[in-house]
Amino acid sequence: MTTHKNKVLRTTLLAMAMMALLFTSGCSITPQQTVDLGPPLHTAENTLEEGTVYASDIYDPLEGFNRRAYTFNYYFDKFLFLPIVKGYEFIMPDYAEDRVSSFVDNVFEFNNFTNNLLQLKFKQTGVTLARFVVNTTIGVAGLWDPATHWGMERQSEDFGQTLGHYGVGNGPYLVLPIFGPSNLRDTTGLITDTVAFSVAGPPAWVDDDATTMVFTGVSAVDGRHRQAFRYYRSGSPFEYGMMRMLYTSKREIEIAK
Amino acid sequence: MMKRLNRLLGVCICILMLSGTLAHSYDYPFADRYVATVLGTPAEYVYDLPKEVPLKFDTVKMFPERKIPGILWNLDELRYSYLRHKGPAPLIFLVAGTGASFQSAKMKVMQKAFYQAGYHVVSLSSPTHPNFIVAASTSGVPGHLEEDSSDLYQVMQSIWEKLQKKVEVTDFFLTGYSLGAAQSAFIAKLDEEVKVFNFRKVLLINPPVSLYNSVQVLDKMLEENIPGGVNNFNAFYKRLINALTETYAHGDNVEFNDQFLYQAFKYRKPTSDEPFAALIGSDFRISSANMAFVSDVLTKAGYVVPKGVDLRRHDSTEEYARVVTRLSFTDYFKGLFLPYFQAQNPNLTERDLVEMTSLQYIEDYLRTSPKFGLITNEDDLILLPGEVDYLRRLFGSRATIFPSGGHCGNMAYPDNVMAMVGFFQSSNQN
Repeated sequence: MTTHKNKVLRTTLLAMAMMALLFTSGCSITPQQTVDLGPPLHTAENTLEEGTVYASDIYDPLEGFNRRAYTFNYYFDKFLFLPIVKGYEFIMPDYAEDRVSSFVDNVFEFNNFTNNLLQLKFKQTGVTLARFVVNTTIGVAGLWDPATHWGMERQSEDFGQTLGHYGVGNGPYLVLPIFGPSNLRDTTGLITDTVAFSVAGPPAWVDDDATTMVFTGVSAVDGRHRQAFRYYRSGSPFEYGMMRMLYTSKREIEIAK
Repeated sequence: MMKRLNRLLGVCICILMLSGTLAHSYDYPFADRYVATVLGTPAEYVYDLPKEVPLKFDTVKMFPERKIPGILWNLDELRYSYLRHKGPAPLIFLVAGTGASFQSAKMKVMQKAFYQAGYHVVSLSSPTHPNFIVAASTSGVPGHLEEDSSDLYQVMQSIWEKLQKKVEVTDFFLTGYSLGAAQSAFIAKLDEEVKVFNFRKVLLINPPVSLYNSVQVLDKMLEENIPGGVNNFNAFYKRLINALTETYAHGDNVEFNDQFLYQAFKYRKPTSDEPFAALIGSDFRISSANMAFVSDVLTKAGYVVPKGVDLRRHDSTEEYARVVTRLSFTDYFKGLFLPYFQAQNPNLTERDLVEMTSLQYIEDYLRTSPKFGLITNEDDLILLPGEVDYLRRLFGSRATIFPSGGHCGNMAYPDNVMAMVGFFQSSNQN
């Protein structure tokens, strides 16, 4: 047990050291010209047409920081997060994993409820409330999800989407350490949701720090377990830019619903 | 008399109808080759394969001495996967298609199918995949069938060295799809001389006949199907996102997953092939842009990155991405590939290279070797008119040609999976 604890401690320290190293190594993103050997065969000037709009053109003034956060997340995943998730998947049967996911989803219905309400989507708010009641009772504290089988689909909304719904733009693109791709609007949303959840949501109802802490840990591991994305697995040298574009599009689609 | 004639006629009709139902019908759902290529085989039609297999991941380092430019820092070791059975079994190597990794959706189907059928399975990324270029390409300039296949052969040997303590192998087999199929043919030929594996059977799935012809078809697919040309890609992308948004907003049970595109397709059936052709072209363009950029940075070719510039780990690549995605595979062929090989051998002409990157180059071997099998589609869109017939003539009774499926779209369809696995399981050589 102690050796295991030591290992976790060591990896945590390693991750923190990596982060410090990454962010202190200067944030310039302009390529380094060692010697001037003339222009390449294809340049922006002889290839691109002026006035072209690019799908990949996302406002990203903090690119230097973001790229480092992206790499940090890769190491965080590799040395800490994914090993824990792997251990979790090894211990738990698939069926139990699905029960945990269902339970976590049910607890977070609180955020779907508040955000549907804030967007004045009354039908969806009602569905969310009904889902919570049905799944908490018949679904045994949310371990099962009978509501979906009865035609009450989950109505996912978060505060980032609520802001988007009322016309708030993306703001600068951000890669959050640990949480991953985001932007100023969605980060504001994430913080607001987290605060609302802990002040007025299930943690406040339970009012027990230990339970809340365990739940936070479990929901983080469950979330990563369900997320297939792996940093730097596409092999593309343009992965950072592709993710930036896809994240922005995905959020556009979600806000439009 | 009339009565007897009627009865006879009735019997004839019955026999005709019966023979109609008895004759094998191929029910792959998409008759349109563009749709087939984009959507593949939707979940409800897929051959029943295990949900999970005990996949193991590992890496090999082919050039420990190679200095890797900062921006390519995470590509220096070649990743691959393998599946092994406890007892003795044949081992099959799988080679991915253009730009694809060993973990592409098509590779996953093949892995499961062969593992289920009792094979040890080793999956390899395409030599055009950035990881392979950096970690395992001798030249760093992919596209040369003979050289890329030789690199693959080296990789297979390194992996075999690591694996042989862990697995008991009775026989070696080889297969690949798309470009990986063409490479499999060249690997088999090399193996006849070097004899490390002595592949007993080799299956080519949807190979190009001429690499040059096929890349031109794919280049055009992007350039000719986006209204207003490539510079209007943004408008095309926005329309695509809108279509997806509509599907997502209206469908109650729609989630972001591999079936999303199919859901969108069912929700609003596009009236023309154009968007599908443009999607195929975009996908191919992304693969060739990744490939060309990585090759350029690695070999300092001065193709889109100035020769004197060192790109570090966190440098912005946005401007290079814009330039290199505007360039076709044909541009790469003329601007990086050809100059590289001409620098090695000044007598080499463009025509020589075009000829060398085709199955015709080794057709005598392919025609006579009994170890080959071919699976392709009548409507494979990377083949020019006449090329399916060429393959049919070349492989004769060793060819299985399905009526539809586009380019690799039907690989997960039951008839195809059974043909693929069945080829290796039939004990006698053709």
